[in-house]
Amino acid sequence: MTAHPKKYPDPHHDVASNTIFGFWVYLMTDCVLFGALFATYAVLHNSTYGGPTAHELFNLPFSLAESLILLVSSFTCGMALVNAPNKPLRRILLWLGATFLLGAVFMGMELSEFRRLISEGNTWESNAFLSSYFTLIGTHGLHIIAGLMMLVVFAIQMVRRGLNPFILRRLTCLKMYWNFLYLIWIFTFTIVYLIGAK
Amino acid sequence: MSGLAAIQTSDIFGRLTWDAFKHDAIEASVGVGTLLLMVFLIVFLTYKKRWHWLWNEWLTSLDHKKIGIMYLIVSGSMLFKGIVDAAMMRAQQILSVGDSFGYLSAPHYQQIFTAHGTTMVFFVAMGFIAGIFNIIVPLQIGARDVAFPFLNSLSFWLFTVGVGLLMVSLMIGNFSGTGWVGYPPLSGLKYSPDVGVDYWIWSLQISGVGTLLTGINFFVTIFKMRCPGMTLMKMPMFIWAVLNTLVLIAFSFPILTATLGMLSLDRMLGMHFFTSDFGGNPMMYVNLIWAWGHPEVYILVLPAFGIFSEVVATFSSKRLFGYVSMVWAIAAITFLSFIVWLHHFFTMGAGPKVNAFFGIMTMVIAIPTGVKIFNWLFTMYRGRVQFTTPILWFLGFVIIFTIGGMDGVLMAVAPVDFQVHNSLFLIAHFHSVAIGGVLFGFFAGYTYWFPKIFGFKLDEKLGEYAFFCWFFGVLAAFIPLYVLGLMGATRRLDHYDASTGWFPLFAIAAFGVLLVLVGIGFQVHQLLYSIKHRRKNRDITGDPWNGRTLEWSTLSPPPFYNFAVIPQADARDAFWEMKKEGWKGRGDEPYEEIHMPKNSPLGVFIGGLSMALGFALVWHIFWLAALSLLAILACIIVRLSEEHTEYTLSASEMKRIEKEIEKRHHT
Repeated sequence: MTAHPKKYPDPHHDVASNTIFGFWVYLMTDCVLFGALFATYAVLHNSTYGGPTAHELFNLPFSLAESLILLVSSFTCGMALVNAPNKPLRRILLWLGATFLLGAVFMGMELSEFRRLISEGNTWESNAFLSSYFTLIGTHGLHIIAGLMMLVVFAIQMVRRGLNPFILRRLTCLKMYWNFLYLIWIFTFTIVYLIGAK
Repeated sequence: MSGLAAIQTSDIFGRLTWDAFKHDAIEASVGVGTLLLMVFLIVFLTYKKRWHWLWNEWLTSLDHKKIGIMYLIVSGSMLFKGIVDAAMMRAQQILSVGDSFGYLSAPHYQQIFTAHGTTMVFFVAMGFIAGIFNIIVPLQIGARDVAFPFLNSLSFWLFTVGVGLLMVSLMIGNFSGTGWVGYPPLSGLKYSPDVGVDYWIWSLQISGVGTLLTGINFFVTIFKMRCPGMTLMKMPMFIWAVLNTLVLIAFSFPILTATLGMLSLDRMLGMHFFTSDFGGNPMMYVNLIWAWGHPEVYILVLPAFGIFSEVVATFSSKRLFGYVSMVWAIAAITFLSFIVWLHHFFTMGAGPKVNAFFGIMTMVIAIPTGVKIFNWLFTMYRGRVQFTTPILWFLGFVIIFTIGGMDGVLMAVAPVDFQVHNSLFLIAHFHSVAIGGVLFGFFAGYTYWFPKIFGFKLDEKLGEYAFFCWFFGVLAAFIPLYVLGLMGATRRLDHYDASTGWFPLFAIAAFGVLLVLVGIGFQVHQLLYSIKHRRKNRDITGDPWNGRTLEWSTLSPPPFYNFAVIPQADARDAFWEMKKEGWKGRGDEPYEEIHMPKNSPLGVFIGGLSMALGFALVWHIFWLAALSLLAILACIIVRLSEEHTEYTLSASEMKRIEKEIEKRHHT
């Protein structure tokens, strides 16, 4: 435990709430980015150029399993910060570790699906539908990887310096980020897999 | 070649070979000129032993005012480059008639018009708005800094990387020739296989991230850091304009990022978003780029509207007419600007119903804009108007912007647009609103806030000369283009037949550009002259124009902490009210200790690494791309591990600084 929350003489200068508000705004901009990718997928998802359609390619139970794993990871991430300032460090680490594991499994499943598609000859170069599919899912995957990296960095910082206000602030942002990624995944699951499975 | 194969077989320098350095005489002279300028600067700084000063006082500074000044310097030099591009195009057009083909090759001409648009929109206008946000927003809301000072520095460096990549393309390889919005399939790999489009993509992509971060930063700053008493409806109109601009940035720049990302995936990994085969849909790109591009137009003009609101009220010695209607007009523009994008391509053939909707929305957006113009004019009505240079820019704006605005409404009628689509009529329209609206607004703001930033006024007489050259120059340069457009002259034309009879009109337009160049000459002279005679025009009071808003209540230039004591805003035009109630000026206030951000070199480092990343991605040097990406991540982790990013300025230290400034002002 090093620094305490800084006391600012001017009351309007509250760094922690600025960061969290700013992070919200960032998440909204990220939402627009995904919006553009979803719109493109919606326009291009039938442009298979004679190749297999979404219905033929995707495996709904597999994606459902992915979704459930990410949902549970969202829960464990939330649990990490419940009653956080007064919680033993080890418990927080345990929940974060579970989140990391579930996130990594999710990522592994996503990559294995990519591998399956590519090995069957359905790559992002095949047609516009697959280009937009790989980009949409891949962008979400890159976000997950970034989240996993944040998890590792923050966990190391927490172990080295204890649960100071800086770490708490960062973990709060991470929690928001992780929940946001799950939210995006709900849309992905619905628009890509559920509608595609019809 | 497919994407993965390209990665696996790439050489150590990717696509980069000696041929990239070979250029024709004109291109080479520009490149060599830029290099010489850089060498000169390096020698000069070394000779004057100023590196240390430059690094500590400027490059690594997190002071929003200094970052703002650096934005203005970059944006000002880019204005010069953009104007030279424009002059080269007009020179080509008067030389390339009938049997004569001018002095520019077609590929070079294409690069020039692309670079002109890209430079003016992304690096002049966006640079200027970011600069003026930086300098003015915290001062006007009575804050000591922005919400995220380090992010601010990072934004600036990412913006500068965009500029840097554009400049590098002059020397290594070439720039895009596909126009400033780069429509596929022309900008796809099949038709533009060289690096030009990639330079364009990464230059915009990196500076676009910088803009987005600026957007988030200032959004939080305005929402969270206003001084006590300043409720939303007491904010100065400039702040309202900025706030709406930030909403537009936050909602539109991610679309640009996604769109350019998909275009580069088409080009790098062989995807088929926008190709004309394999099911790709080029019109999807056109929709997406304008879903960003139309809000972008308002991102540029809303800050100018904000500047005019301040300028008109101050120089009419009157409160702004119709404050509330002004706020709602800005908000309406912000909303409507997201549902008019299709008017950029009525000719796509979306059908009468779609075209009618977007046409009507486009006409509707003229209403709030008209409300604003009338509000400014009513502010002047019965005011004590001082005809200073900023007011002249405003009056020039009213005339030229209104001309441009009205023919904008004309083009909102889809059948009319079918006739003038991609003609010089359109060019005349958007230059009238972009120069008359955006640039004139910026010049008004530049003159108005110059004494606040530097502590002395700009010379009025030279400013007037510059204004009149610009005003008549712009009219001469663009009125003929309306006529030419109606006669059938298309945009991006590098040669035409003598029998068209267009030459005299092109000659008048070229004369107009010449007049604008004279105007810029006056502005450069004005700056140098004013610096030389700065003692004569010094602003000791901090309030040279009898201002109305809080930035004028502090010193000129403001100390690094802006306000010794955070002001209290009890009304709109807070400073005006304070003065009416007998404000006694700065004195022995009870100072308190404050926290200010420490300098950080990480913004510069991440900027430099992003430059390497962009360059590597343009040339497919994948090891360098991976290396710079890892290094950027390392920098971010280093920054996240720093916990002592602020220092404390004690009350007694602040008192000493205030006394020192006081003393300096009296000598």
